[in-house]
Amino acid sequence: MEIKAIGCEPLSLKRVGIQDGHTLKVYQDTGGYVQLKKAFGMSPDEIIQHVKDSALRGRGGAGFPTGMKWSFVPKDSPKPKYIVCNADESEPGSFKDRYLLEYDPHALIEGMIIAGWALKASTGYIYFRGEYNYLIHIMDRALAEARDAGLLGKNIFGSGFDMDIHTHTGAGAYICGEETALLSSLEGFRGHPRMKPPFPAVEGLYACPTVVNNVETLTSIPQILEMGGIAWRDLGTEKSGGTKLWSISGHVKKPGVYELPMGYADMEKFIMEDCGGMLRDNKLKAVIPGGSSVYIMNAGQILGKNVTLDYEGIVEAGSMLGTGGMMVMDETVDVVETTKNLSEFYKHESCGWCTPCREGTDWLVKIFNRISVGEGRPEDAQLLLDICDNIEGKSFCPLGDAAAWPVQSAIKQFPDDFKKWLTKKANGNGIEANI
Amino acid sequence: MAAATPTSYTDKVIVSDEVAEFSPEIIAEMNEHLAKYPPERKRSALIPILMLIIQRERGWVDNAGVNFLAKFLDLEVTDIWETATFYSMFNLRPVGRHHIQICKTLSCKIMGEPEITEHICSKLGIHPGETTEDGKFTVSLVECLGSCGTAPMMQIGYDFHEDLTIETVDQILDSLR
Repeated sequence: MEIKAIGCEPLSLKRVGIQDGHTLKVYQDTGGYVQLKKAFGMSPDEIIQHVKDSALRGRGGAGFPTGMKWSFVPKDSPKPKYIVCNADESEPGSFKDRYLLEYDPHALIEGMIIAGWALKASTGYIYFRGEYNYLIHIMDRALAEARDAGLLGKNIFGSGFDMDIHTHTGAGAYICGEETALLSSLEGFRGHPRMKPPFPAVEGLYACPTVVNNVETLTSIPQILEMGGIAWRDLGTEKSGGTKLWSISGHVKKPGVYELPMGYADMEKFIMEDCGGMLRDNKLKAVIPGGSSVYIMNAGQILGKNVTLDYEGIVEAGSMLGTGGMMVMDETVDVVETTKNLSEFYKHESCGWCTPCREGTDWLVKIFNRISVGEGRPEDAQLLLDICDNIEGKSFCPLGDAAAWPVQSAIKQFPDDFKKWLTKKANGNGIEANI
Repeated sequence: MAAATPTSYTDKVIVSDEVAEFSPEIIAEMNEHLAKYPPERKRSALIPILMLIIQRERGWVDNAGVNFLAKFLDLEVTDIWETATFYSMFNLRPVGRHHIQICKTLSCKIMGEPEITEHICSKLGIHPGETTEDGKFTVSLVECLGSCGTAPMMQIGYDFHEDLTIETVDQILDSLR
């Protein structure tokens, strides 16, 4: 597996793969905790302004502007405030945070302390997906090193600011990547999402002001302070600042984690050259560019279309950046089968709280099951779309949309794959599928 | 007449008031988790203690372990079950000594998961969801484990095994026999 930066100096990947990059010594030898010291000489407002200037958008999938999220935290609240790192990386196709947590835990700690100082939060939690157990051990050791060095605890760097950070394990639930479900889980409950508003910035963990940010988002904070918000933004584009980690998997010769400047041109070059091209030199058929929850794209939307790798470019091309978990598929796949696979995922991970998502995902799978054994009916593609229509925008949280989009886009972009299954209906009457 | 062996929490939850006992060292470990949260927010330690300690010590989430945790956290037994039944990593019935969890989600699927699953199951003589008669192995198919770039992959216990081939799977299984 490849881990490298292309088109920019490695920032997020600076220490990934470096011998002992996870230790305090190597972190400090390579410029670590310098920005924290600098942050204590800055006012919280100045720090938040840098984050706003950077155009950093949440790297966990939703892409919400981080500086704006921070500015929603009420300054005058008498309640304790919390910084929560979302390390519940479980979007199919995404595996970038894992490498940051393994090789550069101190960058996350430094980012969290700076966020804590900027928002006057004295407690941080890092919520790991339960399967990332080995990373919790790495982080616990890093946190212990930081405490021993006085980087966490009372009066950090003589600033008068106290902060501690703790690890917390989940126990297997994709929905806990949704920030309010994560907070429910962190409080010891089932991972059900909560009504917004109130947003976590106002009433989050224990009904106190809370900022929940992704691992990559928080590890970017020291980079932003080092370069200055505007300079960091200018690594990318005006609306999509900085660099971004992409997780590439599927039918490419060199899958891996790549750091690219936002606005990198283009998706075709990236897949066909940077990632080594297609496995076995097969033809490209489909790409899911941003983790399983975004629209699937066909080759015609990518080849020769100069799709830039940033939030706007991928939307323009008909999908979304999401987490940057890009899954590449060649001509050997059947999109009905791959979509069935994702529908099974969403059915399994639906938390059951709201009816459209709980029942809708179940029905999607039921219909895919009959299609996959040759019992599909000519009207089944329309039926799938009808169910999606009853999930999308009608579920309590975005998981419902995430379940609907792959199905809708698969039928739209790969009608022939569906026709093949639906027209060879078992009764042999050869009715043309209605797509 | 001997009671039937309970196989799941629904069989057992009705019948047992047994409370598990733990050594002072284990209790101290639980207290370390508890100390991370505000004193009035003990419930936050529910998932970490249940998964990292009780499931490890008892082998699964059994009624006695749950009864203990309810007392330990000043919660009702139903509070613990409410949470425990939500998360896929809580084993609500006993599993084999080695719990093999094969990722079945898209990237693994298209990179060879079906062949890997077929091979493991035929080698162990069980289907996904089953445990070998000697209690050594359980095979489960699970959703994405965050190793798509090194697909296909599986997790045994907490250990990741990535870039699997039939040969490496054989080596891994043989080393566990």
